[in-house]
Amino acid sequence: MLRRQTPHRLLVLMGWQTPKSGRSMTEHNAGVARGNAPLNELLLAVGQSRDRQAFAALFDHFAPRLKSYLLRLGTDAGSAEELVQEAMLLVWRRAETFDPAQANASTWVFTIARNKRIDGIRRERRPEIDPDDPALVPPMPESADVMVETAQETKRLQAAIASLPPEQAELLHLAYFEDIPHSAISSRKGIPLGTVKSRLRLALERLRKVLKEPV
Amino acid sequence: MKAPTHHPSDELLLDYADGSLTEAEALIVASHLALCPSCRTAVSGFEAIGGALLEDVAPTTVSSDARAAVLAQLDGAMTGPPAPRRVPASSVQAEDLVLPQPLRSYVGVVAHQIVWNPVMRGLDELDIGLDRSAAPKARLIRIRAGMAVPQHTHRGTEMTLVLSGGFQDDMGHFLRGDFAFHDGSVDHRPIADRDADCLCLTVTSAPVRLTGLVGRFLNPFLQF
Ligand SMILES: [Zn+2]
Repeated sequence: MLRRQTPHRLLVLMGWQTPKSGRSMTEHNAGVARGNAPLNELLLAVGQSRDRQAFAALFDHFAPRLKSYLLRLGTDAGSAEELVQEAMLLVWRRAETFDPAQANASTWVFTIARNKRIDGIRRERRPEIDPDDPALVPPMPESADVMVETAQETKRLQAAIASLPPEQAELLHLAYFEDIPHSAISSRKGIPLGTVKSRLRLALERLRKVLKEPV
Repeated sequence: MKAPTHHPSDELLLDYADGSLTEAEALIVASHLALCPSCRTAVSGFEAIGGALLEDVAPTTVSSDARAAVLAQLDGAMTGPPAPRRVPASSVQAEDLVLPQPLRSYVGVVAHQIVWNPVMRGLDELDIGLDRSAAPKARLIRIRAGMAVPQHTHRGTEMTLVLSGGFQDDMGHFLRGDFAFHDGSVDHRPIADRDADCLCLTVTSAPVRLTGLVGRFLNPFLQF
């Protein structure tokens, strides 16, 4: 079992949740302005107490972004809106499985939308590991192979992406917003495959450093 | 358990994380991920990049009807399909764990129950029918201990994941969890280790895939 049920650091810091209590934030946060509450906390509130206001705030933040994501991937406007609805309903239904120690809300929602698109547009299954599979090889103790995404990481990644050289940033966007593997980006853009690979590698190296930096 | 030493390239892991691989390719990458903690970490990082890009994207207005419809459906949404059934580790025999999830769910049986189709002496296969004529083909192959697969090249690419036993070719020695990638330029002749049969998942594909919503599956894929 990889998932670690650590309480959200920020909630602990703010006194909303003690490491052992696991109480939901809504029991404690009457009067807190929803609009500015960080996304992770909104998603936790949905997962822990089916908080509808928190979900509506998540919808307002993510639905318009998911629609852009789907449109850029070539989905027509009608299907995009339908898929956004389905993806957001999945966010509601699966919020309990959200673990901020593993991924930020934006990352978690990205994976849901990605899979929804594969399922809804391509009509394919999305093969994924089962974290509870007894055949899963666990990370070595004390290895660096444990991904810990902190609440600030998305912001730091955004900044790092913004500072990438334009030719690397372009390829990164193509990779995520075009439904083609890197080998096809090469033929589409008329850039040699070796150049596509080296630019992508440089971009990924840089971003990976950001992920490894201590906060 | 020893961690794999041969891994998919970063670009391939990125393709998996950004959702651009075909189902067969995603299946072999996901099967490697089950056996490789370090590649799981890499994929989590690439998904985090996806999350950051999603934050950066300029929003497009979603109709208020769509919003209202979702909010009205929240109660009903809880009665969706149940979570996948978990198999407690204690109830599973080690020999049943040769195939990791999600491969197990595609094959439908555990490794020792597979009904093999003979290809030639020393080589058997099982087509994992993904039922898409134009897409890459996924199959399990079994090379008998000490036997060699005849020299061959690939029109497209071939990805191989070792599930049990091991094999040797000019690229190196491959054991459980190891991932091999061959493109058309490599002429290779894998030989299974002498001590046990070698069970692998392979995915073979043509080199270029057309894109666009309609064209994607109309590629004139050739025999492979
Ligand atoms: Zn690996």
